[in-house]
Amino acid sequence: MNSSFIKIIKNILIYLGIISLTVSNAYSNKSKPTIDVGAVFAMTGPTATFGQESISGIKLALKTINKEGIAGRKIRLILEDNKGEPLESANAVRKLIDMDKVSVVLGAVASSNTLAGAPIAQKAKVPLLTPSSTNPKVTMMGDYISRACFTDDFQGVVMAKFAKETLKKSRAAIIVDNANDYSKGLAKVFRQKFQEFGGTIVSKDDFAYQQKDVDFRSILRRVKRKKPDVIFVPGYYTEVGLILKQAHQMRFNVPFLGGDGWDSPKLQQLAGKEAITGHYLSSHFSPDDSSPKVQNFVKEFKKEYNERPGAMAALGYDATFILANALKNAKNLSREEIKVAINNTKNFSAITGNITINKNRNAVKSAVVLKTTPAGNVFVQKVDP
Amino acid sequence: MDYIAHLTLNTGIFIILAVSLNLINGICGQFSLGHAGFWAVGAYTGAAYSVYMALPVPDFINLFISCIVGFISAAFAGVIIGVPCLRLRGDYLAIATLGFSEIIRIVIVNLDVVGGARGFTNIPNWSNLFWVYSWVVITIIIIANIINSTHGRAIISIREDEIAAESMGIHTFKYKTLAFVIGAGFAGLAGSLFAHAQQFLHPNGFTFLWSVIILLMVILGGLGSITGSIIGAIILTVLPELLRFFGETISQWRMVVYSLLLIILMLARPGGIFGKHELDIKSWFRRSKL
Amino acid sequence: MLEDTIYFFYDLVQYFINGLAQGSIYALIALGYTMVYGIIRLINFAHGEFYMIGAFLGFYVVIAGHSLWIAFPVAMIGSGIVAVIVERLVYRPIRSAGRIPALITALGTSLFFQYLGQGVIGAEPKAFPSVINDQTFMFGEIMFTSTQIIIVGVTFVLMLFLWWLVGYTKVGKAMRATSYNREAAELMGINTNRIISITFFIGASLAGAAGVLVGLYYSTIEPMMGLIPGLKAFVAAVLGGIGNIPGAVVGGLILGIAENLVMGFWASTYRDAIAFAILIFILLVKPTGILGKNIKEKV
Repeated sequence: MNSSFIKIIKNILIYLGIISLTVSNAYSNKSKPTIDVGAVFAMTGPTATFGQESISGIKLALKTINKEGIAGRKIRLILEDNKGEPLESANAVRKLIDMDKVSVVLGAVASSNTLAGAPIAQKAKVPLLTPSSTNPKVTMMGDYISRACFTDDFQGVVMAKFAKETLKKSRAAIIVDNANDYSKGLAKVFRQKFQEFGGTIVSKDDFAYQQKDVDFRSILRRVKRKKPDVIFVPGYYTEVGLILKQAHQMRFNVPFLGGDGWDSPKLQQLAGKEAITGHYLSSHFSPDDSSPKVQNFVKEFKKEYNERPGAMAALGYDATFILANALKNAKNLSREEIKVAINNTKNFSAITGNITINKNRNAVKSAVVLKTTPAGNVFVQKVDP
Repeated sequence: MDYIAHLTLNTGIFIILAVSLNLINGICGQFSLGHAGFWAVGAYTGAAYSVYMALPVPDFINLFISCIVGFISAAFAGVIIGVPCLRLRGDYLAIATLGFSEIIRIVIVNLDVVGGARGFTNIPNWSNLFWVYSWVVITIIIIANIINSTHGRAIISIREDEIAAESMGIHTFKYKTLAFVIGAGFAGLAGSLFAHAQQFLHPNGFTFLWSVIILLMVILGGLGSITGSIIGAIILTVLPELLRFFGETISQWRMVVYSLLLIILMLARPGGIFGKHELDIKSWFRRSKL
Repeated sequence: MLEDTIYFFYDLVQYFINGLAQGSIYALIALGYTMVYGIIRLINFAHGEFYMIGAFLGFYVVIAGHSLWIAFPVAMIGSGIVAVIVERLVYRPIRSAGRIPALITALGTSLFFQYLGQGVIGAEPKAFPSVINDQTFMFGEIMFTSTQIIIVGVTFVLMLFLWWLVGYTKVGKAMRATSYNREAAELMGINTNRIISITFFIGASLAGAAGVLVGLYYSTIEPMMGLIPGLKAFVAAVLGGIGNIPGAVVGGLILGIAENLVMGFWASTYRDAIAFAILIFILLVKPTGILGKNIKEKV
């Protein structure tokens, strides 16, 4: 052990000391002119695309909200990255609650991330509002956890009914993203409901792929052998786009159905013009909706990011407005009262429909069924809960 | 200070993981890239015990039992994986252990009893700083004692020169397996503690990248140095969190900063911070007297 | 019953074709892995990122309106240059420190490029424009596309080129000499540093070519795209016998075909598990890979 090494260690210790002092100074500021809202999303890592999209929606909403502020106070967003990992999500939620003393936490997208953060928020009695985690288990974590979207169950029912009754199909195949709880949840409900409505599912087990897969030709070939007349693929657009494209190349021309994970302008780009036509998805809103609220959102979003908004952006946007509304209605800005106000949200008019938070703290609102076209998804029907 | 407390708790868990991997990689010289697999086995079996089979005894006894369950099941997995794989050497062993840990993860994804892809919820919150650090101390004492025993000398001789060790009459395969199984067992124990601290487990939390991160902790501290592994575990658990405190812009780039720091540290001290040596506080005082 | 048997064979051929195309891409990436390993015994984890960089370079060239004839060389040369820079700045200083520190720096470099890519380009997948007219050919029940032919063709051309380069040129001879014994090669007047740089350049440009091919074939690219194919290519290289050029191709093809057979005939749930099980099985039967030579350690 030489003396220069000790010097290095000493230096490191001194630097650490300085850092911890500045950090504690920065965070000991008690009187806040702003309302601090934490956000936990995957900004990096394999699922970053959903996190980044959600944040675009949230930031757009905050721009509008902060023009007036909540009783003169502006909302300050503190964004934490969770890399799409459960452990990092838990760390990020703890950091936001403990160090930043946020009033509310927004996030995350993947249910596995939200489930890791929820027990912490519940224990610390900090309201956590997730824009887009659809796993039913999430809000069962406690009364401080609520969501701004519907659950897997509802979407599964909507699409099963649509396939059987509107499209009049009777043989369905299911292709599921095996490592994804969202996809598996939807598939389970669809299988059950489609059979209840009198349809047949062509195979006992779902056909499966994994997130980040790019080659689906062999799976599709196997599905084709079973001769289904409709296929349910409740995955994310990152893979579904390729599935549609490859199915089209294989001349496998049956309608594909999916959930809100499809809803991104990127789906059109990934699948290509020929392959995209004639499939259906359930989602939270339709960009064609003529209501001024939706049109305004689409216009603003395009202006800001030069892109059409997808479902994640819309949900992020809505969650932020639900929160702002709750902050306005809350008796005071204690976490307890904010929670009560969020859970009391009734008939709140948002982009993704009129939202009521029910007693299980899930958003009750209508879903829309959209048809895919090369120019974007077009409205087919609205399904009320 | 729940945040700091939990960070300390996680650090403790990673110290156990790093020290146990050090026994396999640093002290025995067997290049394993599958530690996250054993960690996952311990976490899931430990959690399964406390969710489905917990006995009506005080929490800390249940936690103890669950840790033992995690230890035994991960050690068992270590036997199953180690016995065939430890015939391989170097990079081949690395890829085989990596393969096994991915297989473990895929099996968990398809295992609905423990939640499968939906994750394992409702795990009781039994871990606390006291028990985690008690286990840290126990782990370090046991592994340090192994190193300084006859068996430990045999294990070290395998790292230094396997062929020479074999010709000196050391049953190398037996000692390799011993080190591998004990290392796996402690990873499982850390898993159980982790499950009861996180209260939620998801297979995505045990990808091979975590094996890599644990390996980084060991190498950063210095292969073969237990104190090195401890410091490595502390640095790599705290660093990504510390980078959160520099504003949103840095936070967005923190993984870039993290990887850059890693490269620079490796370039500056390729043998790890401590090399093969142990941090010896006594020598510091000796020097300061001079 | 007869019909089932016929379908079975049709399917078998079809999965084989799909596997051949996918395996060719693994093989192209595995070639670089294997070359670098052969010459400096380093598992270059950043290799998957060279493939990603190649894909993005190709993407931007095509977006700018140029043809594939420009995109391919730009992607190959571009990722080659990045690799040479990385080698010069990061791997060369650490080379003397031993294999494990080098391995860690490789991991660090890999993470660096992934997260840098996400920060600079954004995480969302980009749609690679379909620049070639992708025709589908049908032979009864069996189907393949022109892109699949291009992929397999390019892979074999590049492999033959590499085989010629390593086996029959002066540079190749120097490479083999450096791989066999670096110090002795240096004593013979070979500039081993330059040879190592050339090896990195060639390996990375093959990966860059694979990146563009993947863009054409799957039409999606994103900054994390190197992670899984990189890992699979590493598996392929070990499967075939790491350090061995035909071995990398054999390993890549076996992996691709095995994956597609598993997906086609059996549960795709366990596809990756099967891939690793095959690997472990082969390693246990023949610990140095399929075409690897067993090097006896001298005492």
